[in-house]
Amino acid sequence: MSRQRSNYENTLWRKFERWVNGEDNSSMEASEKHEEKIQRISKEQQQDVVDFEATAEDVNELISKEKKRKIEALYRKYENWPQTKGIKIFTGLYRAMAVILCACIIALLLITVSYLPEFGNANNPANNEVPERYIENGIEETGAVNFVAGMILDYRAFDTLGESHVLFIAACCVLILLRADKKKEDKKKEQKKNITCVVADGNDRIYEPKNDKILQKIAFILVPPIIIYGIYVVLNGHLSPGGGFSGGAIIGAGLILYTNAFGFKKTSEFFTYKTFSTVTVCSLLFYAGAKSYSFYTGANHLESHIPKGIPGNILSSGLILPLNIAVGLIVACTMYGFYSLFRKGGM
Amino acid sequence: MDLIQNFPFFCIIMCLASGVICSVLSGKTAKRVCLTLVTVLGIMNVCVLCYVLKTGESYTFMMGHFPAPWGNELRIGVLEALMAVFFCVIMLLSLVGGIKFVFEDIEDTKTNLYFVMINLMMSSLLALIYTNDLFNAYVFVEINTIAAFALIMIRNNGHSLVAAAKYIIMSALGSGLILMGLSMIYDLTGHLLMSNVKEQISLINANGNYAMPLTVVIGLICVGLAIKSSLFPFHSWLPDAYGYSTASSSAILSSLVSKSYIFLLIKIFYRVIGMDVMVDHKITNVLFAFAIIGMLMGSIRAINAHDIRRLIAFSSIAQIGYIYMGIGLGTQAGMIAAIFHIMSHAASKAMLFIAARGLSEVSGGSKDFSDLKGAGYRNKIAGVAFAVGALSMVGIPLLAGFTSKVYFAEAAVIASPKKMWIAMVTLAISTILNAIYFIRATISIYTPRNEHYAVPGYKCAKTMTVALVLFIILNFFLGIFSNSIVQAIETGLGMFA
Amino acid sequence: MLKMLFNNYYETVAVILFGIGFTTLLLHRNMIKKILGLNIMDTAVYLFLAAKGYIYGGVAPILVEGSKEVTYVNPIPSGLVLTGIVVSVSSSALMLALTIRLYKRYHTLDIDQMSMLAKKEEM
Repeated sequence: MSRQRSNYENTLWRKFERWVNGEDNSSMEASEKHEEKIQRISKEQQQDVVDFEATAEDVNELISKEKKRKIEALYRKYENWPQTKGIKIFTGLYRAMAVILCACIIALLLITVSYLPEFGNANNPANNEVPERYIENGIEETGAVNFVAGMILDYRAFDTLGESHVLFIAACCVLILLRADKKKEDKKKEQKKNITCVVADGNDRIYEPKNDKILQKIAFILVPPIIIYGIYVVLNGHLSPGGGFSGGAIIGAGLILYTNAFGFKKTSEFFTYKTFSTVTVCSLLFYAGAKSYSFYTGANHLESHIPKGIPGNILSSGLILPLNIAVGLIVACTMYGFYSLFRKGGM
Repeated sequence: MDLIQNFPFFCIIMCLASGVICSVLSGKTAKRVCLTLVTVLGIMNVCVLCYVLKTGESYTFMMGHFPAPWGNELRIGVLEALMAVFFCVIMLLSLVGGIKFVFEDIEDTKTNLYFVMINLMMSSLLALIYTNDLFNAYVFVEINTIAAFALIMIRNNGHSLVAAAKYIIMSALGSGLILMGLSMIYDLTGHLLMSNVKEQISLINANGNYAMPLTVVIGLICVGLAIKSSLFPFHSWLPDAYGYSTASSSAILSSLVSKSYIFLLIKIFYRVIGMDVMVDHKITNVLFAFAIIGMLMGSIRAINAHDIRRLIAFSSIAQIGYIYMGIGLGTQAGMIAAIFHIMSHAASKAMLFIAARGLSEVSGGSKDFSDLKGAGYRNKIAGVAFAVGALSMVGIPLLAGFTSKVYFAEAAVIASPKKMWIAMVTLAISTILNAIYFIRATISIYTPRNEHYAVPGYKCAKTMTVALVLFIILNFFLGIFSNSIVQAIETGLGMFA
Repeated sequence: MLKMLFNNYYETVAVILFGIGFTTLLLHRNMIKKILGLNIMDTAVYLFLAAKGYIYGGVAPILVEGSKEVTYVNPIPSGLVLTGIVVSVSSSALMLALTIRLYKRYHTLDIDQMSMLAKKEEM
């Protein structure tokens, strides 16, 4: 296809067309994209239909091209607008309006706040029977000493299920946006070989210090405790402050520090895209499966066969511990995944 | 508890799980999984609808071992089940109709992610329909927003990226406002469950303290959802987002995403705040005013559009104005008309988007009307579908759009006299404007010119033909057999309160 | 009114922060600054929510061994804030990813300029 197209520029027909349209080669570049489209179409035309009603077509094309040109002129005018006075007044007006609007909103919300229940008062409407049960019966019903963990992973688990899928969907979006195509990468590399000067196309890896001894030493000392601490936070989610989300974020931070110090090559020995997708998918499926078991039994008033254990022990509180581990894995993978996608468009 | 009663919960979990699984499948397999899933969802929801119609009562479904104010809850009634069935049908048809273009427009390595997004979006749509908990609704609104964002930007050309940027900024602003409103509601009532919040709010309203914060809360939530469903002053993201994404995406965005937010708003009106409180606080009047302006502005902008997709997008703004007008009337009849219009608009808009893509396919990929001339002859089924959709939007009898306009007019007549006049006059003007641009578009695709785009031996893809034929049937069905649907809506609304 | 504002000082600050975020969002055309504005808004809401859960003299909602007479603060807002934070992290991550993508394509962060360039690209 493409070979034919490049030939096409020199054909008699094309020259004739250019003459009819009254254009020289310089203006070609501006509307190249559109031209390409028309070229393709009229080429197909040429192949398929031998006697071709040239005049009518050309008139049509001329009209449409004229229109396009007019629009382009308009855009050029728009582009120069910021320098002209009109747009300055407009932006000034817009800014003033925005500030006034925001001031109004702040004032409105402030007045609202002044009507709201008092801060820290134990008799506020929010402190009703709902948190009371969470606190008083929480240990019996969920087995978690940390009431917040019991609340988000057992009482209101559906919210948290949705929330972990928000993380997953965001990771997918970032993947769509930033995952580099391997073929394109190879092309770029070839280009780079040809052109020795580095074109920094948003690629900051070129400027980063490589094999920085200080960074590596410190990372060597710091990364193990960070990751162990993260694991501790995940495992003790039902006993102490923390849980899957915070612990996972800490583990993710450890991984990111490691990558920063030792480079992607070393990280990819144990963490590739495959690891990422396997771990995330398995954890999410486990999460959904475990929770649907408890939702199903709960809604149908069946007995749940998951032992609660003795509150305060590490192996207690039924599903909360495994769920915390699953969430921790998801969060750690997603955090690291975000980072490596942002840095190099892959894992 | 019957097994059928579990179906809504199964639907949501199945969507989430298959969304996760699709991320590791190939594009083709993911497509099969996704289409099967949506079909199964449709069947399951039909079962639920039959069950609810039979028992004549709504029921709640406890998510977990703990009863309502402590745990999460789903609530299933006639209206919810009806909407769920309808959403499944539209989702299936728009996917089938545009499936060819999905594979054309999106890079091969990323097609499976498209179906991940579809699955997760379906889960969020169903969860938004069925949920009985405000915070849960917020979480799924977020999933819905991100999935919609992905559906816009996955096309991967400059335009769709910019459109997605506009969309996500506006939507994130909307989410922020909704969350602020929710936290204030929580502060005022101490509950997040819809029915409990409503009890508390009626108490507050009777006491009279907290009147001012309540108005602000309702305002925040309404504005947040209005931004997401592109009511008039907040519509700036819409034309680009609908105009430049792939055909299935625009069909889904216009007919399902914005509608699900409107449905959530209706749900909040009835089940959280209460219609009488809403009318007391004059919020309906504000919505009514914006809706009226939106109806006119959307149509006027559509007249100027010379790009077929943008024309349909601008017409969406006008149609969303219709729906908000129905809500803004503040009466039961208005609400029924609005819900019926959600359906009829979804049926015709999705069809229009897919047909438009089919038409531009035979016009060298251009969306400009000057290139589309005669496209109706080149792609016959798309031409017919576009004409039917356009006529339905204008309001020709026998079609869905006409019936919903009749219901709007009836609802306007029994509303307060001031609103009646405004609503009637605007309906008339807006119908004329609709006629101007849709008839012009239809005539222009049937003008026999510009034959140089003709693709000899062109055959419309089978999937698309099937989808468009089904869409046409659906439109006629909604137009002719509207009585039973309206009855179902009425009983559903009765259960809502 | 001022007295109430002073009493509810956490909420007052949260609301002002919310307004600042909103203003940033409206005034700037730079994508990164818009995202910053959104994040400020979200954070303000979380501060608001967290303040709503506090009870004077309350301790964190984790079982305290021994003494019986302990008031715990309300655990619900803490849970909501946890969920909200994750949501806002994911949405800001994907917005930043989008910004990177747009910058690579158009070499600008100004959203108006981007849409202008996109329109030009079409022709």
